[in-house]
Amino acid sequence: MEMKVIRGGMLTTVQDLGRPGLRAAGVPIGGAMDALALRLINLLVGNAEYAAGLEMTLVGPEVEFSQDTIIAVSGTVAGPLEPWRPHRIRAGERLGLGRLANGCRAYLAVAGGLEVPKVLGGRGTDLRAGWGGWKGRALHDGDVLPVGLAGVAPVVGNWRLDPKIYPIRANEPVLRIVRGAQADEFGPDLLSGEFVVQPQSDRMGLRFKGQALTRNLRQELVSTAIGPGTVQVPPDGQPIILGVDAQTMGGYPQFAHVISVDLTLLAQLRPGDKVRFSEVSLVEAHRVYRSREKTLAVLREGLAQKFR
Amino acid sequence: MLIAPMGDAAILVKPAETTGRTTLEQVRAISDAMRRAALPGVVDIVPAPESVTLFYDPACWPDFEELCGQIRVIAAHAQPVVAVVPVMVEIPVCYEPAFAPDLAKVANRAGIGETEVVTLHTGADYVVQAVGFAPGFPYLGGLSEKLHAPRLATPRTVVPAGSVGIGGNLTGVYPMATPGGWNLIGRTPVALFDLASTRPAKLRVGDRVRFKAISLEDFVAWK
Repeated sequence: MEMKVIRGGMLTTVQDLGRPGLRAAGVPIGGAMDALALRLINLLVGNAEYAAGLEMTLVGPEVEFSQDTIIAVSGTVAGPLEPWRPHRIRAGERLGLGRLANGCRAYLAVAGGLEVPKVLGGRGTDLRAGWGGWKGRALHDGDVLPVGLAGVAPVVGNWRLDPKIYPIRANEPVLRIVRGAQADEFGPDLLSGEFVVQPQSDRMGLRFKGQALTRNLRQELVSTAIGPGTVQVPPDGQPIILGVDAQTMGGYPQFAHVISVDLTLLAQLRPGDKVRFSEVSLVEAHRVYRSREKTLAVLREGLAQKFR
Repeated sequence: MLIAPMGDAAILVKPAETTGRTTLEQVRAISDAMRRAALPGVVDIVPAPESVTLFYDPACWPDFEELCGQIRVIAAHAQPVVAVVPVMVEIPVCYEPAFAPDLAKVANRAGIGETEVVTLHTGADYVVQAVGFAPGFPYLGGLSEKLHAPRLATPRTVVPAGSVGIGGNLTGVYPMATPGGWNLIGRTPVALFDLASTRPAKLRVGDRVRFKAISLEDFVAWK
């Protein structure tokens, strides 16, 4: 089976859950910016959570499939498709995903997953390196992508995911952080101020503007590994929060790290959005992460009854 | 030894100062020991010039202190793997002006001729301090002090693949075309990153590197 791209949308890429294990070679983790959204819709169509799907940005694509199939879309999609539930789609039926209702990124999963060739063990697109996904680039009008064989098919009925599993978007989201190695070298301004997402933000990093954060030390730092969610403060005092495509090493002071559970909120920020930060303990960050993974495990078991 | 969280899914390990072993040797020994130990949920082990960072899945470790304890034991007993012959990689570089837009600037800064820059650059043994910035990009320590040069105030939007550059007290090679702010002094025809390989990056932290000057004809004919 194939998926035909009628219109590519603003920036639509194939993404999975990334390429763990290659950071020592300088390869970023990559994969879906909002991994939770992709995991959830993959479960809804009977895929493994790491199966490759589409990540769309602000304006989605228009696609059609060469055979009848089952798809699901994440909660930020507008248009006629209700999110968070499997839909039966007829061969040749056109799906226009249009402008996102809210947030910055939405996802589409198809039963069987997008079977683009694996590069370095992953199917996700690395736009900076120009590899993975579909020819290492965003989708264009007219692209035709292979879809894998579906294993189990869910019973498509009048049910949907409990929307509480995916965080509801607040007007001014609060990102929870844990302190970084250089937090003590700064004042408390990150926690008191409001920061606006800048247009230069992308999958490598989100740039913010607010009251400049001043470091009371001049000392240059020796580079260390960095990862998604790391809040770096370059000399101009305006924080950058790293995304999944960020380089693997960095030498800017690390003020803080967005907790893993809130990376999904980070992925949904649009230029112009205002955010605040609140500090939590490492124990709390781990507690909410484990609790979320437990919810997903329960969901996985519950869904098993809907598959035949 | 310092063991500290970096966010809620990574741990930074900084070896203590030990006589008889450089920090980089300890970094490599700890990385190798961690790889062999294969702790559950530890998905990435990333050596840097003075530290090793371990990325882990917090769901696999209900007790964070337990994970730190295990890391401490493994790191404390990490012995450097003694290579019979240290890994020495020779990288051919063509220093022709077409590939070296910043060579004259580096020479002027040092108050020497361009030929002498090439002599100094090819005359030193370098050590891979880290691999990062871009897939397979080696940060090489050991650059002659005369050649130290600050990064460009405005980085280039595209640096061609194979470009050899100087950034501060380090030299390095861009394995693929990326934006970059280092001073470009030459280009290598050799690929430092191979997508088809099981070990895609040609260089690892701790490897030794030497540059060898080649002519434009050799560059073009290189296979």
